Amino acid sequence: MARVQLKHVYKRYTADVATVKDFNLDIADREFLVLVGPSGCGKSTTLRMIAGLEEITEGELLIGDRLVNDVHPKDRDIAMVFQNYALYPHMSIYENMAFGLKLRKVSKAEIDKRVRDAAKILDIEHLLDRKPKALSGGQRQRVALGRAIVREPQVFLMDEPLSNLDAKLRVQMRAEIAKLHQRLQTTVIYVTHDQTEAMTMGDRIVVMKDGLIQQVGTPQEIYNHPNNVFVASFIGSPSMNFLRGNLVEEGGALFFRAEGANVRLPEGRYAALREAGVVGKEVILGIRPENVHDEPMVLDTFPDSTVQADVEVVELLGAESYVYLNLAGQSLVARVAARSEIKPLTKVSLALDINKIHVFHADTEQAIF
Amino acid sequence: MINRISWTERVLVHAVLILFAVIAVFPFLWLLSTSFKPAAEIFTSEIHLVPETFTWENYQYLFAMKDNLFLKWIWNSVFVALLTTVLAVFLSATTAYALSRFNFPGKRGVMYSFLLTQMFPAAILIVPLYNLIKNLGLLNSYTGLILAYMTTALPFCVWMLKSYFDSIPVELEEAAKVDGLNTWGTFYRIVLPLALPGLAVTGFFAFITAWNEFLFALTFMSEQSAYTLPVGLRTFVFQFRTDWHYMSAGAVLITIPVLLFFAVAQRWLVSGLTAGGSKG
Repeated sequence: MARVQLKHVYKRYTADVATVKDFNLDIADREFLVLVGPSGCGKSTTLRMIAGLEEITEGELLIGDRLVNDVHPKDRDIAMVFQNYALYPHMSIYENMAFGLKLRKVSKAEIDKRVRDAAKILDIEHLLDRKPKALSGGQRQRVALGRAIVREPQVFLMDEPLSNLDAKLRVQMRAEIAKLHQRLQTTVIYVTHDQTEAMTMGDRIVVMKDGLIQQVGTPQEIYNHPNNVFVASFIGSPSMNFLRGNLVEEGGALFFRAEGANVRLPEGRYAALREAGVVGKEVILGIRPENVHDEPMVLDTFPDSTVQADVEVVELLGAESYVYLNLAGQSLVARVAARSEIKPLTKVSLALDINKIHVFHADTEQAIF
Repeated sequence: MINRISWTERVLVHAVLILFAVIAVFPFLWLLSTSFKPAAEIFTSEIHLVPETFTWENYQYLFAMKDNLFLKWIWNSVFVALLTTVLAVFLSATTAYALSRFNFPGKRGVMYSFLLTQMFPAAILIVPLYNLIKNLGLLNSYTGLILAYMTTALPFCVWMLKSYFDSIPVELEEAAKVDGLNTWGTFYRIVLPLALPGLAVTGFFAFITAWNEFLFALTFMSEQSAYTLPVGLRTFVFQFRTDWHYMSAGAVLITIPVLLFFAVAQRWLVSGLTAGGSKG
C-alpha cells in the first residue's frame, strides 16, 4: 500500500530546457490518478521518472514514504504497463507473467498460483501456453496487465495502455481496468492523452501542458471549474466555446458584449469580476456546447443572454446534434437535442445558460470563475 | 495472382530459373566430379561429368600426406575460423549493443572508424598489418591470424548487429528492468535471444571470411604446418604443373564445413522472431 509523493520534481534533458517543471503532487494510497495532456506535455516523462526509467534532475520522489530517487526500477516495488505491451516475444504467456516473480525468487508453487489467478481474472487462462505473436491486440494488453498484477506491486504505472486498441475494445478495457482497480485496491498512475479516459477512469486528474501542471482535481472539479482556457478546452468533447468580448457596466449591471452578443452576467458573479479588475476590459467568455440552448422555453428563461448566429453545419449523432455556428466571426458549437429543427445556412437565436458560463482574463487566460 | 500467369509464361520462367541454377551449381559439380577422377582422366579433351573411372585415391592421398599435413591444415582452419567466429560475435554483440542503446562521447567516431578500415582493399592493409604482427612476434601463430581476421569481421558484424538491436523495441528492455533485471541481465536474457537471427548472420559471415581467407593466411603463416586449408591447397600448384586431382579433392573438403555450418545456422536466419512482442 503506497502513497506517492513528488516534490519540486524537474526533468531537464539539456541545461536550459525543462521537460517537466516543478512538479508537486501527493498521490494517496489506492488512488487512481490520471496524468493527461497533449503529446509533449511531460506526462510520460513524469511517469517514467516514477518508474525509474528516467533520472530525476531535481526534486524528490517518495514511494510509500521512502525516497527512491536513486533506487533501481526493480527495487521500487512498482509494475508498469506499456503502450505497445512490451511482452517478451521469445517467452510463452505464462513465462511472460512469471518472469518478474522468477527473478525475485518466488517459489514455483506461489508463482503458479499467482499467474493462474491473474489469468483467471483477465480471462486469458486458455492462452498461457501461446507466444505473444499468436495473440490479438486486446489479448496482449490483458497479458501486459496480468504481468503487472502478478507482481502485486505497491503502485501500478500505466503508459497509454489503451491507445493501440481499436475504439470498441478501448471502451471495454477501460471498464475492465477500472474494475481491476476496485478489486486490487492499489495505487494506479495512468497516463493518457485521451480526455475521455481521464474523465471516466480517474479519481483525480492532473492536466499538464508544456511540462507544467495546469490543474489537479476530481473529474467534476476539472470539468466544472477549469483553472484556465487550456484546461477548459482540453477537457470535454466537443470542447468549450470561447468568445472574446468586452465587459461593460451599464446601470449597475455587468454585460459581456461582442458583435452579435450582449449577455447580462449573473449578479452573484459581480464581486468576483470587480475584484479581478476586468470591468471595462476585454475578457474571454467560456461556455460548454451543452449549455447553449435552442429550446423556446430556455430562450424565454434567459432573455438577457441570447445570441444570434449563422448556422454552418449540423451534425446529427443520433440522440443529439452538434450545431456549428458563426457568431460574427467567432465560432460557436451548440449541443442540442436531435429533434431540434435547426437547419444549416439559417440564422438562429440561442440562449446561453448564464449560470454555467466561465470568464477568463483575456491576457493570462486564467479563470476568474 | 498465380492464375493470371499463363502456362507458357510459367514454362519460360522455370526454364530461365533452371538455366541459372545449372550455371550456379555446375562448377561445384565439376569440382566434385574431378575430385573422383584419376589424374589421367582429367587431362582428356572429352567432357565427362560422371567419371569413367571412379576413384577415392585423391582423398586417400590428402589424408596420407607426410607429417599429416592436410589434417593439420584442417585443424588450423577449423580452430582459426571458429575462434574468429566466437570472438567476433561476442565482441561485436557487446559493441553494437553499446552503440545502439547508449549515448557516449565519441560514439560517431567509433562508428566511422569501423567503416574506415573497410574502405581499404586488403592488398593495402597487408603491409602495415604484416609489420604489426611481425613486431608483436605473432607470425605463424593463431593469435596473429585471428587478430587480422577480426579487423575485417568486426566492422561488418558491429554495423549489422547495431541495426539489428535498433529494431528491438526499447520498451522490452524497460519492461525487463522493471521486472527486475540489471543491464547485463537485460542484454543476456532479453536482447540476445531476440537477436539470434542477427547473431547467426554475423557468425556465419565471420566464419566464412575466416575460412575462405587466403591473402592474410599466406602472408602471416610461412611454415607449412601452420597453413590454413586455402593456403595448403596452393601447395598443389607447382611451377610447371598443377595437381588438379588433389586440389579438387581438397576443395571439396573445404566446402563441406561451410555447408554444415550453413545448415545449422540457417534456421536462425529466419527473421521475424521479434514479431508479437509489441504492436505492429
